Amino acid sequence: MKEKNNNSGMTLIVKTITRLTVGLIMLYGLYITFHGHLTPGGGFAGGVILALSFIHLILVFGKDFVIKKFSEKIAGVFESIGAVLFLTIAVSGFLVGYFFINIYGKGIPFNLFSAGIILPCNLSIMLIVGFGLFCAFLTLLLFISSKE
Amino acid sequence: MSHLPYILCLILFLIGLYAVLVKKNLIKIIIGLGIIDYSLNLFLVLIGYKKQSIFPILSKDTQIQPMVDPLPQALVLTAIVIGLAVTMLMVAIAIRLYEKYETFDITQIRKLKG
Amino acid sequence: MNNIIPLFVIIPLAGAFLNSLLGRFSKLFSDILSNIVCILTTFFSFVILFNLNLSPNNILTYRVGGWVAPIGIMLVVDHLSVLMLLTVNLVALCCCIYSISYMEKYTDKWKYYALFMIMLAGMNGVIITSDIFNMYVFLEIAAIASYALVAFGDESEKLEASFKYLVLGSVASAIILLSIALIYSYVSSLNLADISLTLSNMVDVNKVYFIKFISLLLIVGFGVKSALVPFHSWLPDAHQSAPAPISAMSSGVLIKTLGIYAMVRILFNIFGVGQKILSIIVILGLLSMFVGVILALYQWDYKRLLAYHSISQFGYIILGIGLATPLGILGGLFHLINHSVFKSLLFLTSGATESTLGTRDLRRMGELNKKMPLTTFSALIGSMSISGIPPFNGFWSKLIIIVACIQAKQYFAGFIATIVSFLTLSSFTKVLKYGFYGKSEVNYENIKEVPGAMVVPMIILSLCCIFMGLLLLPHIRQYFLDNVVNVLQQGTIYATKVFELR
Repeated sequence: MKEKNNNSGMTLIVKTITRLTVGLIMLYGLYITFHGHLTPGGGFAGGVILALSFIHLILVFGKDFVIKKFSEKIAGVFESIGAVLFLTIAVSGFLVGYFFINIYGKGIPFNLFSAGIILPCNLSIMLIVGFGLFCAFLTLLLFISSKE
Repeated sequence: MSHLPYILCLILFLIGLYAVLVKKNLIKIIIGLGIIDYSLNLFLVLIGYKKQSIFPILSKDTQIQPMVDPLPQALVLTAIVIGLAVTMLMVAIAIRLYEKYETFDITQIRKLKG
Repeated sequence: MNNIIPLFVIIPLAGAFLNSLLGRFSKLFSDILSNIVCILTTFFSFVILFNLNLSPNNILTYRVGGWVAPIGIMLVVDHLSVLMLLTVNLVALCCCIYSISYMEKYTDKWKYYALFMIMLAGMNGVIITSDIFNMYVFLEIAAIASYALVAFGDESEKLEASFKYLVLGSVASAIILLSIALIYSYVSSLNLADISLTLSNMVDVNKVYFIKFISLLLIVGFGVKSALVPFHSWLPDAHQSAPAPISAMSSGVLIKTLGIYAMVRILFNIFGVGQKILSIIVILGLLSMFVGVILALYQWDYKRLLAYHSISQFGYIILGIGLATPLGILGGLFHLINHSVFKSLLFLTSGATESTLGTRDLRRMGELNKKMPLTTFSALIGSMSISGIPPFNGFWSKLIIIVACIQAKQYFAGFIATIVSFLTLSSFTKVLKYGFYGKSEVNYENIKEVPGAMVVPMIILSLCCIFMGLLLLPHIRQYFLDNVVNVLQQGTIYATKVFELR
């Protein structure tokens, strides 16, 4: 590492490679979430990989650059949207019959859009876990930097 | 000899408990609690094992065979997330404690007594 | 009528998520939303109480997602659950009204309300569920929310107390998870009723040793959560440094739900206790009573003194339940709801005095009976209830426990219970003399009564203290308290009743 100053990030080679690959990491997290009812994974694992892609950006480009575009407040709002979405799916089953019942119909097995409410639930869990971990990481980072 | 994995899980639990009870640094206590969580998750997954069975995932071209019990694997997924939340909270409190007391040593963080 | 059972978890969770989404934009919105949530849950718990006597077998059940019992999760409400639901929601309503004006000095009030709603949802979930892993998940939700709430605000004492509470609570949860893993490996089912029926039909040589080992592990795990004596060291620090409504919720309802209700449900209704486990529980109760009150006698900090008295009153509850006679269980459970009411009242008065005077030390308070009359009145009623002076509710429950001890021929336990009651009375005489009625060493100017939102919950709880002795009249008792005692007396018949209605 040529520069020790944390604010301007890493060297030029690392920054160029990151611009090419960070989108692929995000796409991998989305793939694991969407196929949660067919292959192992699901909401939690996909959410963690999504959060890792954001943290990768902070490590490479420096904290100030990322916080300008994507502050803690926006991450908090996305996480709350995910939580409200999950509760809406559960309550919509409650109005029809029992709490959490399948209302979407089961479809043909092994297709992408099958298996009832598992897919929307996985999506909302990915939003909660991904943005929640990122928001917690930003909060801890702001603790340390406000101290020095 | 067939009980060896369970005994190793118990030894891992005792190592984590030793770290929580004896060590004086805050960060080592947090690591000890993490080791306790890992050992219990491993124990829970090992309970579902059956001899000569394969993984419990059904895709388009596999036959139906005897499969390992998938219910403990779902329980472990929840337990891992709970452990993650507790670890995050502990690390945040440890950072704040360092700001206030200037040390990580628990023998010197003793304002509340009596 | 069965359909309102899941509302006890849905409504606080919806309140928490809406608070975290929209509450950061307007303070008034989060105040109004949280209080509406608490009023709704209290209303629904009264509705369930009135419907429970009309239903078959006195049990209401609900299948989550429509899945039948051993495959799915069931929610079961019987009389013991309804007793805990009433207590939890009523105390939560009072603490929520109190925090409208107590938490004004902190910024980010929406974060406090979001965590408070999550803690309420977790506690309600522990009470209504009938599946052992679901109980563990709700227990962790409520515990994590309370770890964060104890550290709310930024002083150094709060962080140290919260860290100590975190470490001990995590080890206890690990022990509870270990015992759940062992139960699953033996019985291969997670539903409480199914575990009970399978255990009673099983013929195995090692079954007795297995049940004893699991019961001991569960007593240790839930004992740390409910601060019984060898495991009590987190309680004084955590309740001294938490904000006052959180101390009231935690000492009043959280440790009862997470510790005593879960332990009693699993040991009495699922495993069926034997005589050895009951004698261990009685010994732990005696030890808690005595050690708690001896350590409380020399405290000068008002909240720390109240926290040590919580440990000692818990000893009464555990002693009453451990005797396992009908009178003993009645005394123990009645003391549980009485203690929630008067201990929350005392913690709310301590918050009121701390926010006006700025100190918690009893030697620096005084002469409050002229300047803060309503607060002094509430503290007087709370102190008389906890010491056991007739006709307040503490007297009736302590009398029933002592009579039950003598009836079960445990004379030593009755003797210790009477001595501890005398020492409690002397400790609270000290509180009233130095804190409220005596002369103060420091002159304070500009002390006036606390704002209305802090006075109303104290008056509500004082009225409950005065009138709750009426629950023991024979006409009222056969509707409510006798049925609660029957649930624990009949033990494993719970499983047969639940299986009929699945």
